[in-house]
Amino acid sequence: MNIPELAGKLGAEILIPGAEDADVKTAYTSDLLSDVLGNAEDDAILITIQAHRNTVAVAFQVNAHAVLVCNGREVPPDMLEAARKEDIAVLRTKENQFLSSHRVHVALFGG
Amino acid sequence: MLRTRKNRYRELISMQNFPISADKSPNTVLEVITRLRVRDAMARKIHTARKTDTMRKIQLIMKANKISGVPITEEGRLVGMVSVDDILSAFDQGYIGEAADEHMTRKLVVLEDDMPLSFAISYFNKYPYHRFPVIDRERRLVGVISSRDVLTSLIRELDKEIQDLESRLEDESSRNESFIHREYIVKKFDFENAGHASYEIKKLLKEKMMPPKIVRRASVACYELEINVAIHSVGGRILFDLDDRQISITALDDGPGIEDVNQVLQEGYSTANEWIRTLGFGAGMGLPNTRRVSDDFDIRSKVGAGTLVRSVIRLDAPETAPEEGRKP
Repeated sequence: MNIPELAGKLGAEILIPGAEDADVKTAYTSDLLSDVLGNAEDDAILITIQAHRNTVAVAFQVNAHAVLVCNGREVPPDMLEAARKEDIAVLRTKENQFLSSHRVHVALFGG
Repeated sequence: MLRTRKNRYRELISMQNFPISADKSPNTVLEVITRLRVRDAMARKIHTARKTDTMRKIQLIMKANKISGVPITEEGRLVGMVSVDDILSAFDQGYIGEAADEHMTRKLVVLEDDMPLSFAISYFNKYPYHRFPVIDRERRLVGVISSRDVLTSLIRELDKEIQDLESRLEDESSRNESFIHREYIVKKFDFENAGHASYEIKKLLKEKMMPPKIVRRASVACYELEINVAIHSVGGRILFDLDDRQISITALDDGPGIEDVNQVLQEGYSTANEWIRTLGFGAGMGLPNTRRVSDDFDIRSKVGAGTLVRSVIRLDAPETAPEEGRKP
């Protein structure tokens, strides 16, 4: 699924649009970056409250297309800058990781 | 014999195409000092004394063997050291006839025989001593290492490297190996730049059209090691080497060193502080993750000297490569 469509379904704000041809196939929810590095699959959207540039670095290592920042957390400019450089989308929602994970699952895989 | 060798070096150096690239040669030295172990360089012939021996007897051992320190052992285990300074004090204060037990130095700085030689070098920089006793895992005294021993072993090893190079030059035409070496500095708590090495390495491997799984394993290993150096050490380096057989990523730092390496390989074990944890690091998964994506994994550490972690990913055996930790 492409980023604008996914963001629309989640009602999430698009802070950085990411790659135009990004095709999100799965998701991974974690606030532990090493957990993401060890376990996230390729082509994922990362659902997290870790809003800093290292999250983008981790997303890059695991071939993720997007980061969904939950709880409406503030996103620092250096994170946005890094994401723009790597062509990784940054989305933001007011909802928490639990609800967001549910919504992403519904969006990608149906009910 | 020595002259011919010297001349050959000169020939090599004066050649238009000196076979060691400027990029590669400092790495050869680095690679040698991390590959060699303390046991490869130490002197195994040691003159020891017992703690019941008198200071005078120890002084005679020093004199007879032209050494400036005598380890004191008890059933092979190191219990103390008597230096020239200790002997001088003994003369000065009139206890040269007494047993070493009362007067030897008990607080010792020692090296272990399977530590990389780079640790010994950092010890010589850190402490004012000219030699260190070397013990094995059972704390038995197995040797003594001096800065001279370090230099001698380095010269010997580099000499071998040169010979290797020469023979490689001869069949250069029949082989086409590509060596790529990169080196990155990692500073303490510099999260601003942490990830830089793995970013560059990932890009490079992609350019080389490496299989995506290999690329991901290498960049995950590199990122974890990089972050570890930034979080836990006083600072260090990431060395990256690629040839036609493997990718090797080495993290090398200058301290503080790890007391129990088995502990840090346990998932969930971490010494990271609260601030680090709020950033999403310090979950105790970095080294286990690195080991899982590696075909060969090695960790060496010594408190006070530093830590070396090497992750090797082989290019020739993708079918035997470990899964990258994906759970079904």
